[in-house]
Amino acid sequence: MTMQRIGRPTAPILGGGNAMETRSGSRGLQQREDLIFEIGSADKTGVDLPAPAGRKDRLGGVARKVDTGLPGLTEPEAVRHYMRLSQKNYAIDLGLFPLGSCTMKHNPRLNEKAARIPGFADIHPMQPQSTVQGALELIDELATWLTTLTGMPAVAMSPKAGAHGELCGMLAIREALIARGEADTRKRVLVPASAHGTNPATAIQCGFVVDEIKADARGRVDMEDLRGKLEDTHDVAGIMLTNPNTCGLFETDIRTIADLIHDAGGYFYCDGANFNAIVGRVRPGDLGVDAMHINLHKTFSTPHGGGGPGSGPTVLSEALAPYAPVPYVVNEGDGFRLIEEAEGEAAESFGRMVAFHGQMGMFVRALAYMLSHGADGLKQVAEDAVLNANYVQARLKDVMTPAFDGYCMHEALFSDAFTADGIETIDIAKALIDEGYHPMTMYFPLVVHGAMLIEPTETESKQELDRFCDALIGIAERAAEGDESLKGAPYLAPHSRLDETQAARKPILKWTPPAPAAIAAE
Amino acid sequence: MRYLPLTPEDRAAMLNTIGAASVDDFYEDVPQSARLGTTIAGLPDHQGELAVERHMGRLAAKNRTASDGPFFVGCGAYKHHVPASVDMIIQRSEFLTTYTPYQPEIAQGTLQTLFEFQTQVAAMTAMDVANASMYDGSTSCAEAAVMACRATRRKKVVLSGGVHPHYADATRLLCEAQGIEVVQLPPAVDDELALIDFVDDETACLIGQSPNVFGTVTDLTPVADAAHEKKALMVSVFTEAVSLGLVTPPGEMGADIAVGEGQSIGNALNFGGPYVGLFACTQKLVRQMPGRLCGETVDADGNRGFVLTLSTREQHIRREKATSNICTNSGLCALAFTAHMTLLGGKGLRDLAVLNHEAACDLADALDSIPDVEILTPRFFNEFAFRTQMDAEAVLAMLEERGVLGGVRASRLLPDAGMGNVIIAAATECTTQEDIAAYAAALKEVV
Repeated sequence: MTMQRIGRPTAPILGGGNAMETRSGSRGLQQREDLIFEIGSADKTGVDLPAPAGRKDRLGGVARKVDTGLPGLTEPEAVRHYMRLSQKNYAIDLGLFPLGSCTMKHNPRLNEKAARIPGFADIHPMQPQSTVQGALELIDELATWLTTLTGMPAVAMSPKAGAHGELCGMLAIREALIARGEADTRKRVLVPASAHGTNPATAIQCGFVVDEIKADARGRVDMEDLRGKLEDTHDVAGIMLTNPNTCGLFETDIRTIADLIHDAGGYFYCDGANFNAIVGRVRPGDLGVDAMHINLHKTFSTPHGGGGPGSGPTVLSEALAPYAPVPYVVNEGDGFRLIEEAEGEAAESFGRMVAFHGQMGMFVRALAYMLSHGADGLKQVAEDAVLNANYVQARLKDVMTPAFDGYCMHEALFSDAFTADGIETIDIAKALIDEGYHPMTMYFPLVVHGAMLIEPTETESKQELDRFCDALIGIAERAAEGDESLKGAPYLAPHSRLDETQAARKPILKWTPPAPAAIAAE
Repeated sequence: MRYLPLTPEDRAAMLNTIGAASVDDFYEDVPQSARLGTTIAGLPDHQGELAVERHMGRLAAKNRTASDGPFFVGCGAYKHHVPASVDMIIQRSEFLTTYTPYQPEIAQGTLQTLFEFQTQVAAMTAMDVANASMYDGSTSCAEAAVMACRATRRKKVVLSGGVHPHYADATRLLCEAQGIEVVQLPPAVDDELALIDFVDDETACLIGQSPNVFGTVTDLTPVADAAHEKKALMVSVFTEAVSLGLVTPPGEMGADIAVGEGQSIGNALNFGGPYVGLFACTQKLVRQMPGRLCGETVDADGNRGFVLTLSTREQHIRREKATSNICTNSGLCALAFTAHMTLLGGKGLRDLAVLNHEAACDLADALDSIPDVEILTPRFFNEFAFRTQMDAEAVLAMLEERGVLGGVRASRLLPDAGMGNVIIAAATECTTQEDIAAYAAALKEVV
């Protein structure tokens, strides 16, 4: 296609958006923004505090000798600093964010509003329980939703994130084994090769050893391999299995797997990261699960916040419920009580994982989400999430290589088999940035070569999905043809590709003032 | 449903494209016995915004807030003022609704703020390096203990009697699961230096806290010296980050690892979470550190930028060989922290700390003048323990009847310590002279 030559050009004349230099360092709406340490100053502040009188001192000499030396900014400067930085981020509120296994769905603003009600945000975890009955009631109500939706009898609310929930479940298993007098012998935890890296890391943190199970040609647990690993059962502690799994597939043999593990004397930990695919349609309690964490920041839409905070309540079976961590809330009919010590009625508890009572701010948001959707809406959430993923898979399957045959659940997985030599998954991912999208999850799960895992979620419209698929098809066709320009993508982002190797070789983890000699030389 | 964009026509057209008869086809791998025919029973159907807001409002109204009257509750979470601009910044969609910055070309906003956060935390703790945050202070403490064991190849840690009991619980749990011996010294208001007598050639680290759970500030330098003499590490804990503006910070005491809670800066009380764990250490130990780290680099055009780095420590690369199972940090709370710190600056932090200290001094003076009240904490920042002749739970209940939330009874955190008459009270910049007068008047009536 030739460029329109009459009047104003409609396409950039230079090759890449990054090629044009500006004197300010800003690029149109993209404002240059230096570090706070370069723009702030020690005598500026954005808060007006009463002048301290300095009249009292009961520190007994345990006083700081050297000041922090940190600069401050006035409020207008600080607001602008963060606004400018915010413009360098992609976000769900800007567009489709198809990170597989991460469930980047819309975060309703009602939930933010609710979490900021002073009756939730401005209460202290160590206030007398009589003054926080509404907070305890909210935790109890959320717990009821979680146990009902999962068909499990108990839930530990305190885990701070998904991996912390894994830790909770595995510590409960460890405690149950201690109670059986088998903690020293039952050390082996089976983990599929497709599992998220936190699964094996968690098992090790709890003192277990990891035994990896193969995936079969259908992306599920290789049953022959599993049976082989269960020939000797004396050392089996349990299995950590993600379902739906990280290939976006439901584990067809899950009931058999549960039976095999239970017959071997072990427990079934289910990683619930992908519960959003089945919520309202399948209850993990009906599948033989003993423990499962639920990422409130995935299925129940609490915001990811650029990397947390998360929240990972963990549901437990009858077999593991007695070992649940403290604290937990008890509904006594005429009020709610917080059990804080692992003694008395909680004597079998494995103890306390964390200070205080869990991620209350996330509980408020998750409950608002649940009440808004209701049981009917949550079922629709799962169905639309799965429908959207299958639609994306159907639209892409002729130009990209689906990793496995058949329908997927909430995410569609592709291998890099369709790309020409020299073009890699990362090139496709970075090219998506130029098309205005966040890349998919890349190179995970490890069982698929050059994996591309796409999770659209249920909060995308058909129009958005079509626009995304059109863009990705265009990139995939270029990748199949071996278009070398993909190697340079992104061209239109605030930055070209960043050098991660250099960052790791000699890590610079904080700002340091330039050496005086360097200043003099300038 | 206001959150679900697909129309019935869209769904039909999409099923047609896929070649499926209905969504039931997608669930064909689910065992027949586990397929639910209808909507799950026992839960309400969907509701509009107004109905949900009313429900939430009803629950919130049953709680007494920290702003509803004189308030002196601390012990690991503190009532501080948060500037309005901080909450505006963390509600920006670009920060609120984005993911972990795994695609640095379109995540420089998050990455640069994390780099600034790390620099601020390192300066405040006077340590070489800090990570991009942990879940909270207690999990930071637990991770510091196992990190010390990794770094020293030893399997014993010692906790002082002044470490916050919840922190000690979280640490003990993680350590015991990994076969690490935990020596817990008996609860003590002012005996952090007792750690010195418990270090031997098997000890990985000594863990002390200043200000400790009773508010006592201690120069832990002798603890660090004793640890280093035996080639062990010193872990310095704090639960009140504002104290770093005034009290001797971990790095000035020779700490190898500094951990603490950052809630006090930029973050609301939130009934205990989400908070933000601070984690800093010496340069020597950086590759043993858990959690995410942000580092400086350049892009293909030579421009400065930031990326997550040293990920070879992390579970998504290392799997069972990772330094920790922690996958997430506390990103948005770290943003609130760093935005508030940017507004404060070093001088603002120091002034804020002085205001806190003076409020606590005033409170101690007011309570000390009451007969039968004995201040137990000899040196403090913004929190101290005191004893009366009466059961602390009864005292706090009677104070509550008089509108004063007077602190935390030590027996709630330490049921078996024989501290039934001890109350721990905190004051901050939010504490007014009227609050202090109300507390003193009420306590005088009660004891």
